[in-house]
Amino acid sequence: MRADGAPLGQREAGADEAGALRAALAAADRQLSKLAAAAGKDAAEILEFQIALLADDALLGPIFAAIAQGAAADAAWAQAMAEQIADYRAAADEYLRARSADIADLRDRVLSALYGGEANPKTGRAGAVICADDLPPSRFLEIDWSAGGGLALSQGSATSHVAMLARARGVPMVVQLGEVPEPADAALLDADEGILEVDPPVARIQALATRQENQVLSRAADLAALENPSISFRGEPVRLMLNIQGPADLDHPDARYADGVGLMRTEFLFGRADLPDEEKQRSVYEQVLNWAGERPVVIRTVDAGGDKPVRGLTEAREANPFLGVRGLRLSLKRPDIFAVQLRALARAAALGKLRVMFPMVTTPEEFKTARRLFVQAVEELKSAGVRASLPEIGIMVEVPAAALTIESFPASFFSIGSNDLTQYVTACDRTNGALASLADPLNPGVLELIRRVAEHGRKLGVSVSLCGDIAGEPRYLETLLRCGLLEFSMSPPALAAVKRALAALSRKSDHV
Amino acid sequence: MDKTTTISVAKAITETPQPENEIARGAVELVHAVGMHARPAVKLTKLAKRFKARIAVRVAGAVDWIDAKSVAKVMAMRAAQGSVIEFEAQGADASAAVEALTTLVAADFPDTGR
Repeated sequence: MRADGAPLGQREAGADEAGALRAALAAADRQLSKLAAAAGKDAAEILEFQIALLADDALLGPIFAAIAQGAAADAAWAQAMAEQIADYRAAADEYLRARSADIADLRDRVLSALYGGEANPKTGRAGAVICADDLPPSRFLEIDWSAGGGLALSQGSATSHVAMLARARGVPMVVQLGEVPEPADAALLDADEGILEVDPPVARIQALATRQENQVLSRAADLAALENPSISFRGEPVRLMLNIQGPADLDHPDARYADGVGLMRTEFLFGRADLPDEEKQRSVYEQVLNWAGERPVVIRTVDAGGDKPVRGLTEAREANPFLGVRGLRLSLKRPDIFAVQLRALARAAALGKLRVMFPMVTTPEEFKTARRLFVQAVEELKSAGVRASLPEIGIMVEVPAAALTIESFPASFFSIGSNDLTQYVTACDRTNGALASLADPLNPGVLELIRRVAEHGRKLGVSVSLCGDIAGEPRYLETLLRCGLLEFSMSPPALAAVKRALAALSRKSDHV
Repeated sequence: MDKTTTISVAKAITETPQPENEIARGAVELVHAVGMHARPAVKLTKLAKRFKARIAVRVAGAVDWIDAKSVAKVMAMRAAQGSVIEFEAQGADASAAVEALTTLVAADFPDTGR
C-alpha cells in the first residue's frame, strides 16, 4: 500500500490566519512530542529536531509577518518550508541533503493540521509492505512494525533518517526502486537483493523463508561468538583486530567487538585533490583513537604506489610499480610530505594507545632512517610547545628480504602483509587473474616466512600480527595459528565468521 | 582514556562590569564527529534559550553572526568538525550563557538525560 503524498487542501485566507497557524503548530508539536515519548532514543532525536523547528522564532517570525501582510497561513508556511528544503537540497554534505525530507515531513504535518485532516491517515494493515516515493521519519514511527512488514521506496536514500530508523528496528527496506507497484494482496520484499515482487510464486516465498531462517540462526551464532570477550588457542589468548580505511568503517555493528584496530590505512586521506594537511590528519587519527579507548590502534603511514597511485606523490610511469618506489621507499624520497604525516601521528600519539608502522620496508637502515625522522618530528613539536609523543614503531613484513632477516629489525612490533608477501614470494602479480592458483598464500614458502616471523616475535615478546586478506577467511585460521600467530586483523564484516571459527578451534585445542 | 584530554578548548571569556549590558565572548572547537548536525544543533539552541541574553554564534571567520536560539539558522551555519565556533552574548546572564555553551560544545554535546 502507498503511504505518502502531501496533504491536499485549499484554504481561503480567513479572519484569523495567525491564530489558525498557531493552532496547527501546537497540534503538530503535540503529535510529535507524543511520538517522541513513545519512540526510542534514536527516533526521539530525529523528532526533537522537528519539534525545535516548531519553536524557532527566527524561522516563524517571517511567516507570521507575511500573514500580517495578508498571506494565507498555509501558503506562508509552505513557502517558508520550501525555502528551507531548497537550502538543504543544495548542501554539499549528503547528511544535510537528507534533512530536506525531515523538513518536508514537518511541512506536511502542519499543513494537515491546518486543513483539519487526520494526523495519521493511512497506516495500513500490520505486516504489510509499505510503498512510497519516500517516507518521512515521523510517518515511519506511526506505523506498527511489530507484525513485520517492510518498506519499499521508489526514491529515498540509504542515509536518510528513515533508513537509520529502519536499520535500527530491523525493518527490511529497499530504496531507489524507480517505480512502486499498485496495491496487491501479497508482496515479497527481498532487501538483500533490493527486489520487490508482487504476487510472488510459492516457491520464491519458501526460498526466502528458508534463507531468512538461516540468516537468523547464523546471526544468533555470530553474536554469541562476538560477545565472547576473549578466546584462546592452546591456552594463549588470541586477538582479533580490525582493518579499516577510515573512521567510517568503525560504524559496522560488529566493530565494537574487536580487540582494537590492527591496520588503519591512510591512503584514503591522500586520495583527494590536495595532500592532507597536518590538522586534517590529526583529527582523523584522533577520531579512531577516541573510538578505541583503551584498545590499541595501529596506523600505517601512507602506502602509495604499487596499485595505489596518488597524484602529486607517486612516481609516474614506472615499468613495474609493485617493485617500484612505493610505501616507505616513497615516503623517504618525499621527506616533506612524510614529515606532515609523522607530525600528525606524533600529536595523536599523545592522546591514546597509538602504534605506527611503516609499509614496504626492505632493510633495517630504511627503518632506522624513518624512525629518526619520527623522533625529530616529535622533538620539533615539543620544543614548539605542542603536545606530542613518540608511539611504538613497527614494520609491515611483506618484502621477503625483510622476513628472512627479521631479527635485524629493531622494531617494536611486526605486522605481516600476507597479500604482498605472497605476491613477492611466489613471483605472481596479484592483479593478474591468470595466476590466481599459483599465488597461493598457503604456499609452503610463504608459510615458512610467516613461521619465522612469528617465532622471532615470540622469542622477543613483541607482537606479531597478520593483516592480509587471509586473516579474514576462516578456512586459513587453523594453519595460521599453527604457524604461531596469535593476532589477526581483518575487515569488520569478517570478524563474526572468524571469531566463530576461532571458538570452534579453541574448543578443539583445549581437548587435545 | 580521559575524554577531556582529547579536546582542545580555547575559551576566552571577557566580562564588562555593567551587568545589564554585559557582553561575553567565547570560542571553542567543534569536536563532534559529524559537525553541527541535527542533534547537536537542537541541544545548543535548547541550552541557549535558557538564557535571557541575546546570543549570537558563528563559525570563526564567518562574516555574519547567527541567532544561537534558532535551530534552523544554527543548522544552516553548516559548521564542520574541527571548525571553531564563536559565541557573543549580551545581557544580564551573558557570561553564564557563553560559559555553558562553550562547555557543551567542548564536551561534545553529552547526553544529560531527559
